[in-house]
This record gives sequence, structure tokens and C-alpha cells, in this order.
Amino acid sequence: MIKIENLRKRFGWLDALINVSMEIESGSITYLVGPNASGKTTLIKSILGLVKPTNGAIFLDGERLNGNFTYREKIGYMPQIASFPENLTVEEIVNMIKNLRENTKTYDYELIDKFNLQKEFKKRLKNLSGGTRQKVNACIAFLFNPQLLILDEPTAGLDPVSSSLLKDKIIKEHNNGKTIIFTSHILSELEELAEQVVFLLEGQIRFNGTINKLINSTEKQNLERAIASIMTGN
Amino acid sequence: MLSQNGIKYCRTILHNLLLMGYQKSISVSLLIIIFFLSIPVIPAKSFLVGSNNYFKTIQSVLTAAQDGDTILVEKGVYKENTLIIKKSVKIIGLGFPVLSGENKYEIMKIKSDDVLIRGFLFKDSGINFIYDNAAVKLDSVKNCIIEENIFSNNFFGIYLSRASSCKILNNKLEAFNTKETYSGNGIHLWQCRGMIIKNNKINGHRDGIYFEFVKNSEIEQNQSEANLRYGLHFMFSDSCRYAHNNFTKNGSGVAVMFTKNVDMHNNRFEYNWGGAAFGLLLKDISDSKIYRNQFLKNSCAIYFEGCNRVNTFENNFAENGTAIRLMANSMDNIFARNNFISNSFDVSTNSTRSYNSFEFNYWSEYKGYDLNNDGFGDIPYRPVKLFSIIIEKNRPALILLRSLFVDILNVAENIFPSLTPKTLLDIKPKMRKYL
Amino acid sequence: MKILFKIILYQIHDISRSRWILFYTVFYLILTYGLIQFSNDQSKIILSLLNVALMIIPLVSIIFGTVYLYNNKDYIILILSQPIKRNILYLGLYLGLVIPLVLSFFIGTLIPLVFLSRDILFQIPLLFLFITGLFQTSIFVSVSFLIATWNDNKILGLGLSIFAWLLFSVLYDGLLLLMINVFQNYPLEKALIGFSILNPVDLARILVTLKLDVAALMGYTGAVFQKFFNTNLGTGISIFSLTAWTIIPLIIGKAKFSRKDF
Repeated sequence: MIKIENLRKRFGWLDALINVSMEIESGSITYLVGPNASGKTTLIKSILGLVKPTNGAIFLDGERLNGNFTYREKIGYMPQIASFPENLTVEEIVNMIKNLRENTKTYDYELIDKFNLQKEFKKRLKNLSGGTRQKVNACIAFLFNPQLLILDEPTAGLDPVSSSLLKDKIIKEHNNGKTIIFTSHILSELEELAEQVVFLLEGQIRFNGTINKLINSTEKQNLERAIASIMTGN
Repeated sequence: MLSQNGIKYCRTILHNLLLMGYQKSISVSLLIIIFFLSIPVIPAKSFLVGSNNYFKTIQSVLTAAQDGDTILVEKGVYKENTLIIKKSVKIIGLGFPVLSGENKYEIMKIKSDDVLIRGFLFKDSGINFIYDNAAVKLDSVKNCIIEENIFSNNFFGIYLSRASSCKILNNKLEAFNTKETYSGNGIHLWQCRGMIIKNNKINGHRDGIYFEFVKNSEIEQNQSEANLRYGLHFMFSDSCRYAHNNFTKNGSGVAVMFTKNVDMHNNRFEYNWGGAAFGLLLKDISDSKIYRNQFLKNSCAIYFEGCNRVNTFENNFAENGTAIRLMANSMDNIFARNNFISNSFDVSTNSTRSYNSFEFNYWSEYKGYDLNNDGFGDIPYRPVKLFSIIIEKNRPALILLRSLFVDILNVAENIFPSLTPKTLLDIKPKMRKYL
Repeated sequence: MKILFKIILYQIHDISRSRWILFYTVFYLILTYGLIQFSNDQSKIILSLLNVALMIIPLVSIIFGTVYLYNNKDYIILILSQPIKRNILYLGLYLGLVIPLVLSFFIGTLIPLVFLSRDILFQIPLLFLFITGLFQTSIFVSVSFLIATWNDNKILGLGLSIFAWLLFSVLYDGLLLLMINVFQNYPLEKALIGFSILNPVDLARILVTLKLDVAALMGYTGAVFQKFFNTNLGTGISIFSLTAWTIIPLIIGKAKFSRKDF
């Protein structure tokens, strides 16, 4: 579904991504891991068109991303920090995004129901807790039945119950054939969801393959230790 | 001599009375008797001029009349070329007969003393730049009275030269030219003394009232409005007084120049608004008094150039562009107990020194306090803003009027005066305005 | 186009509930009310409103605009991850801020006038005041958006905004005064017309001053200005300048915004 060729991104003197090439197949679930400032978010933002590549190209379903915007109809994005116009209510935000994505015909309200978000609908966003905002954020990402879900640190800030509800939803959508990319800087947190693992370090891909392959090749019992062994070079 | 005179008079009056028509013979004979009885005293007689009378023209009566006679003129239009009056007669219009100059000639020239002209409508004296055509011109005469006439569309209205002790009262003058050069003055005096100009209304002339080399005269209760140049133009005229006049919306306001001992009080100078307009322009004036006048909405209320010992007190200056513009060559002038209310600039000057004094004035811009409660502010007021100094040096800087930058400059200068004259301040500014 | 309207509507909706816009409206309400109470002279009221408008509107617009863009960065990212064109979002944000600011100025000044000084409503200087307010807001929001898009450093951006305001409102006039002084022996009127057209604050100030009777104070200079600005050419050039000041920063900002990394 996504093909990235020699992607390079510089911010000033700093290389955020160096010659990143990878492919993400349709229906796959990819765990993008790496420490802070390793380039995860930059990579995601490049796919979303929020960051303009310095070099290289990104193709989505064969279409090269080059300032076009309609392809984002296929994407549901849950950013790391949820920020909304402070003075609008939850309902207004949901309606607004619905309004802006008018091509979508069927909506997925499952998460809203599960989070029981309706009772917050009349509240203004500035009066919501960080966790609730994150829930709104997640609901918006799933609302439009997108083929591709990009979730940046999805469970950060969520309480355990909501967190497991979200995980269930991710698995369900994966089973429905959706392509999913998610990140976390706490490796163990979403390990259970991962099939494909892409490990980024200092802007470069250090590992790209299935989780089993990673664990087998490093001969460690879990993802965290496997990654640690790559980082230390053992 | 007497009898000779008597016979002459007798003949004239007989002639006159006979021709006046078919009057009652009794009254005629009575008159004749009375006349003969009074031969030693020269009597005043009346003549009637009108289209139905023996005298159809004023000119014909002027030939017939003698000093002291009265000529009554009936309603009608009289076009008689220039009437030259060499006898001391009273010429009185009944119902405003029209004397027209047909846009060609002067209407009336008075060359005799003790003439009275009343109740006429003078119109259309032609424009003549060599002779300064006037509706009524008085030359080298005294004790004449011009009153209650209407002057319309004349080049000059009333023109007096070398006259003395004349009175110009209750006349109404209006002219309609729009160009200064094609317009003459309303009431024009040159080399006169002891004149009284009172209660006239002058509108649309070049200068409403013009004084040059006039002495000991009074201008009172006149209204000079919408004249093209000055409402009052006043030069080399010492020891005159003008009071209770209204000068409104004149092209350049009122100019008083090269004069000593003028008394200007209780006048209103209003709406003299425009690039070159002044409420009152003073040039080379000394030992004069300006008091209890109202200056409202003039571009510049009073402009002082080369003025000395002029005492300006108890006037109201409101909503003028600049209330007082004081040039460097003016000294020893006193400004006291005036109200300065909402003027864009209270005082402006082109000098960093000032030898004039301001005291006990009320300034609406004053922001000081009065702790000892004596009615006067405890800190002095500096009426000159830095910006007004800049403008004096550099007129184009006026485009910065109302710029924030200018406001900041003014505040800074107010705190640390460096360019505004240090001595130009009101040490005891009044807290409340004078009523 | 439809999307643009939607964005504008949501922005207006959001901003109209913000406390700052309420303060801004109430400020004009109190100011206008106070002016009417203290002065009966209508042209004085308009003149004072104009003075405040020429100082406050650029300052508020430029700071509000800069802060607004910085504070809403995450929200912008949220919208940009939807299928929305960047140009449209930029325009939407811009108009969504300009419209409430202008309305706030209009409402704040109009309400007291309607209730207390109704005959002033039909005066041409008032119309001029509103046009001035409209242009000042659109120009300075446009400049603030450019500044905030150009650099991501919030402190630097705010500093630049305040500096830009100082430049237009104060420093420029200082430089003009300096120039007038240096070249005082030359006929400066034409050059001054040129320089005043270049600065939108000066231009607005002079245009409105010329419409009021204080113009007579400006003597010969005023007459030259009046003669120029009363011609069709003068009016055309003024409107062109104000429009250019709105549109050029907007276009540059939009281009920057389109290429920007979030």
C-alpha cells in the first residue's frame, strides 16, 4: 500500500531521515519503534504530507505524494498530542471533521460508544482532561472507516481500560483488512499488536521485518531486549 | 443780498410748487406768505422725486435743491449715470428705490459735507480698477451719514477718502463675485478720522471693512461674513476701537497691521477656517488691547508677528487649530485669564526663547493638580508642544499630524523640555475655566 | 470553495467564544461610549476613534494573529491530516480571524453610536473609519500570519510582530520626520505623498485626516495632499496600496505555508 524510496529529510543541519526505503503491504500491521527523536514522527508526517521530503519519494497505492491532498481521504490519523480549537465542543469538532471529509458516507461510531464519549459531547474541549482529549483524537481517526490508520503513540495518556478498548479496536480493524501503522517509544506497550516491526534509529532503518524474525535473529525472548541488542550492536 | 436771495428762493419754490401739480391754491398762498415772512432764515425744503412727479430724476432735483434741503425719492428704478452731490442735502428713499450703476459706472459721489443718504438700494456699480467704482463714494467731506441702505452687487460698497466725523449705520452690503481681484471692499476708509461704523452687515466683498490711515474711529456691532479676503482689514489706523462685531467665515479672517493703540473687545471671530485663514492676524501692532473676544474654530485664532505690549486677556479660545501663534519678533505681550479649550495647538512659536508672559489662563489640556486649593495648578503648564515647533520650522511635517510617533515626542518633550521655549509657560494655570 | 467556507465558519465559531475577542469588543464599546459622553463634537468623536483605531487595531491584529497561529499549531496539523488543501486552510484561518476582529470593531463602535448619537451614523467620515478598520485588520493579520509561518520560534515571532507594529506606527514616521528635516530646502510634498502611500498606517491616518476639517490645519502640504487624494488616481492608488498590503503578505505567507513542515 505504501512504498517509500530513499526518503531523506533534513531540518536545517539535522538529518531526521536518511535514505529510508520500505514498503508497507495492504492489510499489514506495522509497529514503528525507536527511541525519542529517531524519526518516527517525521516518517509518519511525511506519509501524511505534513512534512515535505528533502529527497526521495513516497507512493500510496501507486500515487506519488507531491503536495496532493485527496489521498488523505484514505487515512485516519491519530496524532501524538491532541489539540483542538479550545472553544468548540466535542460534538462540534466531530461534526466539523465530518463536514470537512464530506466524501465519507459510512461512519464508524464503535469507539465513541465504547469510550462512552457521548456524555462529553456538549463540553468544550478546553474543559476536557488530557485522557478524554486523547479519546476524542482516537475516535476521529477511526470515524471515517479509513483504509490506512496511522496512530502516533495511541495509548499514551489513556487509562488502562480505555487503552485495552483501543487495542481491541485496532485488532478488530486489522482483522477487517485495514492497514495499520502505529508507534510507541515504550517498546513493550504495544508489542502484542505487532506483526511487522520497523526499527528506526537516528533517522535510519535498523530493522524491518516480522517480530518473530527480529526475536529469532537476536535470540532474545522479547521485543525490548531484541531492540536493545541491536542498539548496543550485539 | 438778503432780498436778492429771497427773490431767488421765492422763484424756485413757486416754480416748484406750481409744477408739483394742481395743489390747493390756499395752501400755496399760505406757503408763499410763510415763505416771505421768513426770508432772513434760510428754510429747508423738501422735494419729491418719482415717475409721477415733476422731478422724474434725482439729478434734476440736485440742480434745483439748495443746502439743507431734503429730497424724497419714491420707489422705482433710477439709472442716472453718476450722481454727484455737491450740496448738503438729505436724500431719502421711500420703500427702497433702486439706484443702479448698470454695471458700468459709479452710482453716487458725495463731495459736500453734511449729506445724509438713507433708504436706497444701490446696485450694480460696474467694476473699474482705475477709479475703484463704488456705490457711494465720499471724498474730502465731513459729518455725512450713510444709513439704512442696501448695497447689492457693487464693486466697492461705501468708499470714503479724506473724510471725517461721518457715520455709516445700519447698512446691508452684499456682493457675489468669487474672485478676489474682481471684488472690491464693502466699507472702505482711507485717510479718515472720527468715523463711526456701526451695525452694518457685510457679505461677500473682498474685505468687509477696510481701514487705512484712519484715526480715532469706531467699528461697532457689525457683522462681516463670508468676505473673500478679510472680514476687517485694518492698517496704519491708530487709536481706533472695534467692539461687538462678528467676523465669521471670512476667507482670511481679520487683519490688523502697522498700528498702535487699538482696542479690540467683545468681538466674535468664528469659522475662519482654511489653509491661510486667521481669526485675527496681527502684524506690527503695539500698545493695544484684545479682551473678552470669542475665538471659535479658526485655523489660527491669533497670529502675532512683530507685536509689542499687546495685552490679551479674558478671551475664549475654543476648538481652533492653533489658538496663538507667536512669532519670535513679538515681545512683552501679556496673555492673562484667557480660556484655552480644545485647541489642536494652544500656542505655537518659531523661537526657543520667549519674552512674553502667560499667566492665570485656563488650559483644557492641563493635567496638573491643585493641592493648596487656591484655584490654580501647582505645576506650570507648557502650552507649546514639540510638534508645533517642528511644524514652524518645517511645514511639510504637518503630514505627521496625529501620528503616534508625534504623541510620543510630545510626551517626551513635556517631561524633558529641550526644544520648546523654557520660559514660555503659565506658572499659575487656572484649574477651572473662567465663566 | 465549500471547504473554505466551512473552515471560516468553524474559525469564527471558535474565536467568537474566546474571551479575548469579547474584551476587544467591550473595549470599543466602552471607548465609544466614553467618547460620546465626554464630547458633543461628532468629528472629534470620529477623530478620537480613528486615533485609537490606528494604534490599537494594528497592534491587536498583529499580536492576536501571531499568537493564534502558534497556539493552534496542533489543530492545524489535525486539519492538515484530513483531505484538505493547505492553501484553503491558510485562507480559512486568515478570514476566520479577520472577520471576527473586524466585526468586533464594528459592533463595539456601532452599538453606542446607534443608541446615543444616531445622526453620526450617516456621516462619511464614519464610513471612512470603518473602511480604515477593515483594512488595518486585514493588513496586520496578514502580516502576522506571514511572520508566524516564516519562523516557528514563538518568542521570536512575537518579537518580530511587535517590531513590525512599531515600525509601521512609530519608527516609519520618525524616519519621515528625519527626512523632512534633512531635505527641508526641497519641495517635499510629492515625495511625502509617495512615502505615505507605502505605509498603510500613515496612509489611513492621512486619508481620514483629510476627510475631516482638521485638514485645513495642514496648510499648503494639506492642500497638496488633498488635491492628490481627491482625484480618482489618488483614491485608486490608495486603495491599491492598502489592498497590496493585504494581499502580498498573504500570498507570500500562503506559499510559505504550503511548503512548510509541521
